Amino acid sequence: MISLTSPIKTRAHGWPAGAKLGALCLATLVLFQIETLSLHLIAFVATLALYLAPGRDFAAAGWRAVKVIWMFVVIIAIWHIVTRTPYEGAVIVLRMVTAVGLANLVTMTTQLSEFIAVIRWLTRPLKRLGLPTEALEIAIALVIRFTPVLVEKGQGLAQAWRARSARRPGWRIIFPFTILALDDADHIADALRARGGITENQQK
Amino acid sequence: MERNVTMIALFAALIAALGLIPKITLATGIPITAQSMGIMLCGTILGAKRGALAVVLFLVLVAAGLPLLAGGRGGLGVFSTPWAGFLFGFPVAAFVTGLVMENWRSDKVSLVAGVAAVVGGIGALYLIAVPYYMLMKPAGLGEALVAAMLPFMPGDVIKAVLAGLVTGAIYKARPASVLSRS
Repeated sequence: MISLTSPIKTRAHGWPAGAKLGALCLATLVLFQIETLSLHLIAFVATLALYLAPGRDFAAAGWRAVKVIWMFVVIIAIWHIVTRTPYEGAVIVLRMVTAVGLANLVTMTTQLSEFIAVIRWLTRPLKRLGLPTEALEIAIALVIRFTPVLVEKGQGLAQAWRARSARRPGWRIIFPFTILALDDADHIADALRARGGITENQQK
Repeated sequence: MERNVTMIALFAALIAALGLIPKITLATGIPITAQSMGIMLCGTILGAKRGALAVVLFLVLVAAGLPLLAGGRGGLGVFSTPWAGFLFGFPVAAFVTGLVMENWRSDKVSLVAGVAAVVGGIGALYLIAVPYYMLMKPAGLGEALVAAMLPFMPGDVIKAVLAGLVTGAIYKARPASVLSRS
């Protein structure tokens, strides 16, 4: 499956994921403390510069990822124009766009495997409490493996529907679709058990 | 153990797939994605604990950078808008839905599942999403209701009814797989 990490390598790709996440938390906290429009403009321009620094292709990919929030910007803008509070509106919109932009930068420069390493580190205390964290790692792998499989099966169901009906497939295909997922879950559980199971791996 | 893990993982994948397969078009012509219905189904089929875990797993992978939200969205950015209360509310919604399912066994599954989806997937979800919007934007109650509740309410009511019907049908076809009732 394609993750949202940018294939265009930047210097930030080499930085440790934990540090980037920590810096993002800090930056977001600071953004929420600022109420002055000029400071938000500076933060916004600085974020823009970060996107442009690795080159035009990187900035274009970033724009594609961030532009999905346009609906939210429109809703907030309309509200503040109607209630005649444009200054507050501008502060809120800029804060949101900068916060989303910075978060997306971390996503674009951090590989999935690094995120999973952070998750593993975060769940370490749970392991000491006796919770099976191996199960989490198998579950993560299963979701990544089976999402495209389920999407394909869903498309197959939709095609089968179209072959038999002039109407478009509606919510009715969700029932067979869920049944397919349930049956897959049973098969995989059997397969895991046949290979020694999850609990047994844990004792090793 | 293995079955619990695979059920949780496959339902996390199901939530993702429901956001990626073709949209459902209502009679009025408004397209809605079935993703939030996936959250409801987690609760009605897997029950409270496993349902909530499936949703948490889904969100962890979204945060880790997989484009699994409806429309191919994902990454950390989606958690930074005032509307992110919906995402944080999803696991609670599945948990409450499952709780209703597990504790109300006397009536027909489709009816109970429909009501459970309304209580969890709408009631509990908006109890988190609306105050989150008020806090993070920041906004008053009136604005939060207009911006974060009204646009999604009609679709969610329809999805809750459909989640009830689908759960009822699944209970007939695979009674052993409806973990909230076993």
